[in-house]
Amino acid sequence: MSLRVLVAKVGLDGHDRGIKIVARILRDAGMEVVYTGLFQTADTVALAAIQEDVNVVGLSMLSGAHMTLAPLVVAALRERGSDIPVVVGGIVPPRDVVLLTAAGVAGVMGPGASDHEIIATITNAALVS
Amino acid sequence: MSDQAYEEWRRAFADAPLRSVPFTTMSGIPLEPVYGPSDGEFPGVYPYTRGPHASMYRSRLWTMRMFAGFGTATDTNTRFKDIIRSGGTGLSTAFDMPTLLGLDSDDAMSLGEVGRCGVAIDTLADMRDLFADIDLAHITTSMTINSPAAVMLALFVAQAEESGVARVSLGGTLQNDILKEYQAQKEFVFPPRQSMRLVRDTMAFTTASMPKWNSISVSGYHIREAGSTAAEELAFTLANGFAYVELARNAGLAVDAFAPRLSFFFNAHIDFFEEIAKYRAARRIWARWMRDVYGATEERSLQLRFHTQTAGVSLTAQQPEINIARTAIEALAGVLGGTQSLHTNSMDEALALPTEKAARIALRTQQVIAYETNVTHVADPLGGSYFVEELTNEMERQAEALFAEIMAFGEGSMLEGCISGIERNWFQGKIADSAYELERAFNRGERIVVGVNDFREGNDDDIETLRITNADEKKQRERLAAVRQNRNDDLVRERLAALAASARDPEVNLMEDLIAASVAYASVGEMMAAMGGVFGRHVEVPSI
Repeated sequence: MSLRVLVAKVGLDGHDRGIKIVARILRDAGMEVVYTGLFQTADTVALAAIQEDVNVVGLSMLSGAHMTLAPLVVAALRERGSDIPVVVGGIVPPRDVVLLTAAGVAGVMGPGASDHEIIATITNAALVS
Repeated sequence: MSDQAYEEWRRAFADAPLRSVPFTTMSGIPLEPVYGPSDGEFPGVYPYTRGPHASMYRSRLWTMRMFAGFGTATDTNTRFKDIIRSGGTGLSTAFDMPTLLGLDSDDAMSLGEVGRCGVAIDTLADMRDLFADIDLAHITTSMTINSPAAVMLALFVAQAEESGVARVSLGGTLQNDILKEYQAQKEFVFPPRQSMRLVRDTMAFTTASMPKWNSISVSGYHIREAGSTAAEELAFTLANGFAYVELARNAGLAVDAFAPRLSFFFNAHIDFFEEIAKYRAARRIWARWMRDVYGATEERSLQLRFHTQTAGVSLTAQQPEINIARTAIEALAGVLGGTQSLHTNSMDEALALPTEKAARIALRTQQVIAYETNVTHVADPLGGSYFVEELTNEMERQAEALFAEIMAFGEGSMLEGCISGIERNWFQGKIADSAYELERAFNRGERIVVGVNDFREGNDDDIETLRITNADEKKQRERLAAVRQNRNDDLVRERLAALAASARDPEVNLMEDLIAASVAYASVGEMMAAMGGVFGRHVEVPSI
């Protein structure tokens, strides 16, 4: 069965070039991809992920708010009893990767990630959970 | 062809003041201000392919306008003063995400975003701190803001008048290009037509009351950053420019009254010659359309003037120091293409907002081009190159083909065509397709990005990046709370009600209502909400 992935933009950041490319890469790799659209909150993402019964949530973040918003999405899922893994892609300084992992984020992809790396990160996150 | 263009250029050049530097090569060879056959095109002469001014950089170098903003208004004020001390000649304000979307720092949606990507501005008190001890009569200011552009202009005018500088003497630029927000950058609030009403109001207000102010910076930068090709950047930007011309004309403004105050903002990407061809084509197309389609007659209405920023999207997180080289090449393309002002990105911006050191190196890169290379001595030095001339023509052909499609959406109106193209997701789809195609080429290894898909040794090197803590967010919320405590709430309510009442009548210009609300310390979020109650909100239908 193919993996189902919800890709989401949380907060106020409107940069959607990356998320659209990643969505197409995952779709081309045979995954089913749902895109939330812009300006989502942690709660709307968690609800959509549970309702769509996805295997992985992918957050795209460029604005620097990842340290605040990514852990909130993880928490919103766990509060609802969901163990869906959350992966972050975008502009994330190296020192924040460890902190995000500690906050329960299953994988982080920085700028320049190849499609191979993107597919592997999503697949691994789904397998581990 | 006759030598009429040459004669026109010669007269204009003779009248132009020149910088007092020797216009020779390093080895002493004297240089002409421009080269080419006497029956060819000349800078400062229609259709301006070779530059908007006859003497170009011999009279005046481009403005080294560095984009800056982070944390609180006081933090950014300090960075502004650093820029002025280091030789920067213009300011450019980056606002944080909540401000760009017209939200206050204490809004629930602002969490984690306050002061992060730019400076947080909530009220007149912040605007006052932002420009403290900066001589606004002499330093021009560019404000990169779109959905709440009218609100920010009102705050700026209120702040300047409070400090004794009359609105009539304020020089600067408001980005105020809402169309590209729906197409590319996606920082929209109100639906397109309601947003365009605010653009109309700012154009009418600045045309009547702020003669030195550039009302719109029509921006291709974000279209390119979102993934378009060079020709799409060129075509969509100019189409948006024509749409604003039609908007102002429909509002009864004479084309030569406002067109001289429109400026442009283009990307400088890494494909050196294609970028130069793009700038040359932009000037030629704008001049022809403004004269032949919109009936402009003033020279300044026909001369496309533009700001350039190097391509943020070309920067790599891997081996970030290489970005200094990329930025230098891109900046040189902007200069050889005849830009009027330039922002150079810092090497660390694929990782975070720039450190002070990285920002200084970026400014120094411009200074090397301006003062060491002598490329400033000769206007349009690549004009006449078979290659660049043909690439310029090809840019123009591709742009005209895209104009025809947009015009067809609007049944002969570029204004309606741009709005319709947004509503049918046409621009957004084109940009996403081009972005994906380029990404495929990188992934297949057909295009090399040094340090990313080849030449990766050295990728483990780490550089110091700027840290912005949540302390700024807390500080800004406290500042806003204090302003709310000390203001006259009855007056604020009264002025917001007046604003909402005016918003209900589409014929009313909202600028005076916005200035009155700003003076009473109404916040950006409150003013946007008052208008939003009438205008509604834009929601984009998500598509991959």
